[in-house]
Amino acid sequence: MELNLSPEYEAFRQDVNRILTENAHLAPGPEDRGMKHPKRLAWQKFLIENGLTARTIPKEYGGYGAEPDLLKSRIIAEEFARTGIARPMGGQGISMLVPTLLELGTPEQKEAYIRPTLHGEMIWCQGYSEPGAGSDLAALRTAAVEDGDDFIINGQKIWTSTAKQADMIFCLVRTDPDAKKHHGISYVLFSMDTPGIEVRPLVDMTENANFNEVFFTDVRVPQSGIVFEKNKGWQVANATLTHERGMLGDPNATKARFLELVELMKTETLNGERLIDNPLLRDRLMKLQGEVYAMQANGLRVTTASLKRESAGLAGLIVKLQGCELNHQIAGLAIDALGELGILYGEGDHLRADGSWQWRYMYDLGLIIGGGTAQIQKNIISERGLGMPREPKPAKV
Amino acid sequence: MEFALSEDQRMLQDSISGFLKDNASLDTIRKIADGDAEAKAGLDAGLAEMGIMGLHVPEMMGGSGLGLLEACLVQEALGYTVAPSGFLAATVAADLLPNYQEDYPRGIADGEMVFGLALTELSSRRDGAGVTVDNGRLTGTSLLADVPDGATHVLLADTSGSFHVADSWSAEPMRTIDRTRTFQQLTFDGTMAETSTQPDASALAAARLLIAADTLGAAQAMLDKAVEYAKERKQFGRVIGSFQAVKHLCAEMAAKLEPARALVWHAAYAMDTKDPEALVMANLAKAHLAEVGTFVAKTATEVHGGMGFTDLLGLHYWFKRIGVNRQLFGSPEQVRQTAAELQGFVAA
Ligand SMILES: Cc1cc2nc3c(=O)[nH]c(=O)nc-3n(C[C@H](O)[C@H](O)[C@H](O)COP(=O)(O)OP(=O)(O)OC[C@H]3O[C@@H](n4cnc5c(N)ncnc54)[C@H](O)[C@@H]3O)c2cc1C
Repeated sequence: MELNLSPEYEAFRQDVNRILTENAHLAPGPEDRGMKHPKRLAWQKFLIENGLTARTIPKEYGGYGAEPDLLKSRIIAEEFARTGIARPMGGQGISMLVPTLLELGTPEQKEAYIRPTLHGEMIWCQGYSEPGAGSDLAALRTAAVEDGDDFIINGQKIWTSTAKQADMIFCLVRTDPDAKKHHGISYVLFSMDTPGIEVRPLVDMTENANFNEVFFTDVRVPQSGIVFEKNKGWQVANATLTHERGMLGDPNATKARFLELVELMKTETLNGERLIDNPLLRDRLMKLQGEVYAMQANGLRVTTASLKRESAGLAGLIVKLQGCELNHQIAGLAIDALGELGILYGEGDHLRADGSWQWRYMYDLGLIIGGGTAQIQKNIISERGLGMPREPKPAKV
Repeated sequence: MEFALSEDQRMLQDSISGFLKDNASLDTIRKIADGDAEAKAGLDAGLAEMGIMGLHVPEMMGGSGLGLLEACLVQEALGYTVAPSGFLAATVAADLLPNYQEDYPRGIADGEMVFGLALTELSSRRDGAGVTVDNGRLTGTSLLADVPDGATHVLLADTSGSFHVADSWSAEPMRTIDRTRTFQQLTFDGTMAETSTQPDASALAAARLLIAADTLGAAQAMLDKAVEYAKERKQFGRVIGSFQAVKHLCAEMAAKLEPARALVWHAAYAMDTKDPEALVMANLAKAHLAEVGTFVAKTATEVHGGMGFTDLLGLHYWFKRIGVNRQLFGSPEQVRQTAAELQGFVAA
């Protein structure tokens, strides 16, 4: 056990902190809406140039090109959490597709997509789920039929986040209808401008239309968009999902929210008393703090395992389930602490924090469901983590 | 950075677990619970022989000079086998006393001294309990003191939060749900305090952290037993561990326990390195493990069905261990209050 950082890393931490705090005025705020808002693009560029995001991605692909150093990545994440300064862009392109391409993409794919994606100029959506294929993703039916060098795609995706804004899609399609469920799937990249694609926004409970239905009618796309190999899309998708689950349970993001909650409870008053002086609310706050500490310590364990190239075992498998649940509870306490005013939303005089706690409370519930539901996570934990038997397949009737 | 146990720490874990596996079997625990003094003395002697009592005593005072992290590993192993031991009391004494009087840590390390711990009134005073000091003389009672057999000294907290060492007292046993451990009501009747200390928040935090480690071990044992049982027991023609309802109960236990383990290690490491957040972490570890432990105790019992409720299986020893630990040295709410006070979240 050695959690103290060497002087080299301490110096690095101070550098990161200095760069962030000295340039905080450049960071976009909630008022700078729109994924491609110039302020957002400029901030992203600044962060990449200073090695604060896309840090280990080779320069030739538009990254910063540093040697992989998990500790430095960790320090950067911690400093964003500590200072509360706008984090780098995330999203499915950056968090899921880029690592997948780095691992499995062709040189042309890497060349064409990674740089603009990292810089926020190319937005991606993830076309996995279908009306009949959610948790049982391998049941997907959207069909891609070969036609010369192209595929002709027909079918429908659903819950596709940011499809409306997306320039490109990474999409799972069935390329061999006769093969077994997991074997006939391919992972294909194509432009959302291709004729025959129709995007219909779906409004979610936060009143935003972040996810969509996407319909494909005779959509002609080049076969060169296949990542890795034809009919091997399931392996590729699993690689991406691992990246997604890591992103969804990030303990540093949770810590940042917890600190915001503490701030809220210290500054907001009710009947002339600070919220934090209410013993019942304070007790709930302390309960959550214990869990935040636990998830952070667990994160350190996972990092150590990666540093040693070992599997983190259960410590890794539980991150999505526990992390998303904890985020949801933090938002829940903020709302309870605000009491009646906690229900305000949208705009208005008495609204606190732009209504973001209600938004988070709802959105975090979406994240408990998305990227593999809580129940699916528990299947994975019990089967892969505890070695319990899989559900027996129902007998065919 | 490395958040993992060292080779030495893992060897310590293995040796203490190995010893307890052989010497603190459920059979032995049952005997101890039923008042078999010989079984208890055998276990005590074996543990003393392993040299763990002086684990946290500084090397220059004859101990092993190991930290609270190592102590937590030992306590976790004790919890895993629900083995009663004076280890916790010895470790808290070894944590506090070296700054005041070297004889005690030396005595603990060479086995001459056995310490009891009377800290209850730091968290809760009632039924007239509480020890006051007048001219170095101790008067009053302390409830639910953890006093091992053959104790030669007691480390007690007075009503102002200072600690004292006493070598004479009168004791009345107090019966709890946990019959493997003995708890006592101590009375001091003008006894001269041998040594007195300043109020010290870290001694209580250390005791709370060790209790958290104990619960961690006990809860891990219950999860392991539940998973093992679920893989064997059959109903409706299949093992119950293939029913998703049962799998999910086990997954929930594991999902809560894994980060809880990391928290105990982290808090112990923070105490050892005098991290500014150490006391907050140690207190929150105690409160968090109380909650997680209670959840696991209930859930693992349910996975065992009716068998879980029987005396026959003995699972209840773990259930009760966790139940006692939850209240000992402060209920979760009280402990969280300490954590809030330490961070200045409580209006003066
Ligand atoms: C906010 C949000 C964003 C999303 N973004 C995207 C996106 O960008 N791209 C994309 O492709 N998808 C996206 N999704 C879809 C998401 O991955 C699915 O919603 C999710 O996998 C669950 O599938 P489903 O909605 O069909 O629910 P179902 O699979 O129908 O599940 C319904 C209920 O049944 C339970 N259940 C199902 N199977 C099992 C089982 N084997 N054992 C136990 N319980 C089971 C589930 O846990 C759940 O409680 C998003 C979802 C949300 C909420």
